[in-house]
Amino acid sequence: MSIYLNKDSKIIVQGMTGGMGSKHTTLMLDAGSNIVGGVNARKAGTSVELGGKELPVFGSVKEAMSETGADVSVVFVPPAFTKDACIEAIDAGIGLLVVITEGVPVQDTAEVWSYLQGKDTRMIGPNCPGIITPEESLAGITPHTIAGKGPVGLVSKSGTLTYQMMYELRDYGFSTAIGIGGDPVIGTTHIDALAAFEADPETKAIVMIGEIGGDAEERAAAYIKDNVTKPVVGYVAGFTAPEGKTMGHAGAIVSGSSGTAQAKKEALEAVGVKVGKTPSETAALMREVLQNL
Amino acid sequence: MEYQAKELFAKHDVPVTLGIVANTPAEARAAAEQLGTVVVKAQVKAGGRGKAGGVKLAKTPDEAEQHAAAILGMEIKGLTVNRVLIAPAASIEEEYYFSFLLDRAQRQYLCIASVEGGVEIEEVAKTNPDAVKKIDIDPGSGVDEEKARAIVAEAKFPEALVEQAVQTVLALWKVFVEEDATLVEVNPLARLAGDKLEALDGKVSLDENADFRHEDHAAFVIRDEEDPLESQAKDKGLNYVKLDGEVGIIGNGAGLVMSTLDVVAYAGEKHGGVKPANFLDIGGGANAQVMADGLHVILGDAQVKSVFVNVFGGITACDEVANGIKGALEILGDEATKPLVVRLDGNNVAEGRRILDELAHPLVTQVDTMDGAADKAAELANA
Repeated sequence: MSIYLNKDSKIIVQGMTGGMGSKHTTLMLDAGSNIVGGVNARKAGTSVELGGKELPVFGSVKEAMSETGADVSVVFVPPAFTKDACIEAIDAGIGLLVVITEGVPVQDTAEVWSYLQGKDTRMIGPNCPGIITPEESLAGITPHTIAGKGPVGLVSKSGTLTYQMMYELRDYGFSTAIGIGGDPVIGTTHIDALAAFEADPETKAIVMIGEIGGDAEERAAAYIKDNVTKPVVGYVAGFTAPEGKTMGHAGAIVSGSSGTAQAKKEALEAVGVKVGKTPSETAALMREVLQNL
Repeated sequence: MEYQAKELFAKHDVPVTLGIVANTPAEARAAAEQLGTVVVKAQVKAGGRGKAGGVKLAKTPDEAEQHAAAILGMEIKGLTVNRVLIAPAASIEEEYYFSFLLDRAQRQYLCIASVEGGVEIEEVAKTNPDAVKKIDIDPGSGVDEEKARAIVAEAKFPEALVEQAVQTVLALWKVFVEEDATLVEVNPLARLAGDKLEALDGKVSLDENADFRHEDHAAFVIRDEEDPLESQAKDKGLNYVKLDGEVGIIGNGAGLVMSTLDVVAYAGEKHGGVKPANFLDIGGGANAQVMADGLHVILGDAQVKSVFVNVFGGITACDEVANGIKGALEILGDEATKPLVVRLDGNNVAEGRRILDELAHPLVTQVDTMDGAADKAAELANA
């Protein structure tokens, strides 16, 4: 088991023929993902050879889904076209929509989120590394070589901290690692992932990585208190970030007293989540948890 | 800043009086000669300008000049006042508050409106929360005339102002969506003599991600208000934020760099209280030129005593990063004068470390762990 993505997932790539899209489609194939095609209206009917596999290019997500049975789409299209690409995939009824694109205007994401309500699609991202179920499938850009399968579920706002944490705990391995993205508006949240890991029998313990900005970690803490029985270890980045400055991620900005790393750490600790001061300390806390399982 | 917000208001037909921006007391005087009784208002990106003494009424051009002389150069919340807005004085009968903003937690927009006094809206929210109306807005459907009427009714704008208020709400909504704002705030929205509604002060936060469809937004960035190193970094396409410390930081990925700042700050506690000097995310491609550009900006900060390069090789392998550092040191030549502590981990780490070992550059120290490297960088900065 795993969450959201497994070896049976059939993946299409929107923007497969672009630079980022073709590079990462190859890497996803290396990771064992079952990529069944790509979407590009201007190149419909052609095919592309990537990673030794001949991949058909379809004119629309709908066509790609009906031809291949795809249930996951990974989006690499540029920010200006991301909203339309997402709406097309939602209209086609895709099950999982993983939006890698960085720099999507937040009003576009808010519109997509509104459009998604009541429909069958789960969105991850935008501005995220995507999701990996090691040794089964990768829908995104996480390097598949870092860690293998194991008992840890990981959910993180940040890409490189996801990689760092997978590396620290590579001897244990991961059920699924999901990077939800650092934008102010995202599809899948910490809470969604916590709920899915709680329900996943393969996941024995959960690492949750947050960062400054917003109140997602505080809300996740409240959720953990009432709903999560598996051990959770947390990490929050940005204790030294000054107020009012954006730190890379569009969402990582401290405004006023809310959204600070300290407030998030306290909220998590108050519900029994052990919070590490550094990534390595967090990994050490998780090791203790795993040894005592 | 206020005058820029007002320009955007005017562009979308929000009732507003622009006034004249002055950079010197003499310009303030000239503006007052043209406008009559004026208010001299400090232009900085901070609230509480009135309380800080940055807003003054001037009945004559002489007074306008004196007030401008006092306000220009003043510091408000750590920001130096480089310009003032000379606005015609208005006779205010009532003050209201109005804003549209992004509600991150609910993943929608929010309208906040209050007819109970403008400037101290936070106070009103505490003492009389019922007077501050919060109205949800679905990003899919937005604000049409019907919604605008509902907002005006809910906020209980006075009968005589209802039509003006509806038009103003629609105009402010246009500012919000057509300019890709995350906040459009009018405070105060004032009822002037003769039942005229006007935006007397305002704030607009724009989404930089949307700059590609707003070429005119570049004009709102005022270079003299930016840190010079931040400007230089921006020109090179680097994501750099200047902080007040001694350990320069370069890393890949916003989350990892933020984490690096924290780890350095903790390490600094044991080394004379040294702190991180900056945030710098070089992103995925750590080639020699990007690395050199990053080091160039960091070494331009006279406070920097050591530099910590913290890279996790994910998609970019560590050998590429090591070659990037090697190339950067060649590009920088004599400019590289501060010790570099490098921590490489992840994809192809053995080869990356071998390249740097072989380079044996006198300024470069390799440490295998993030915590250990932070400690070394802090130690060197305190030497």
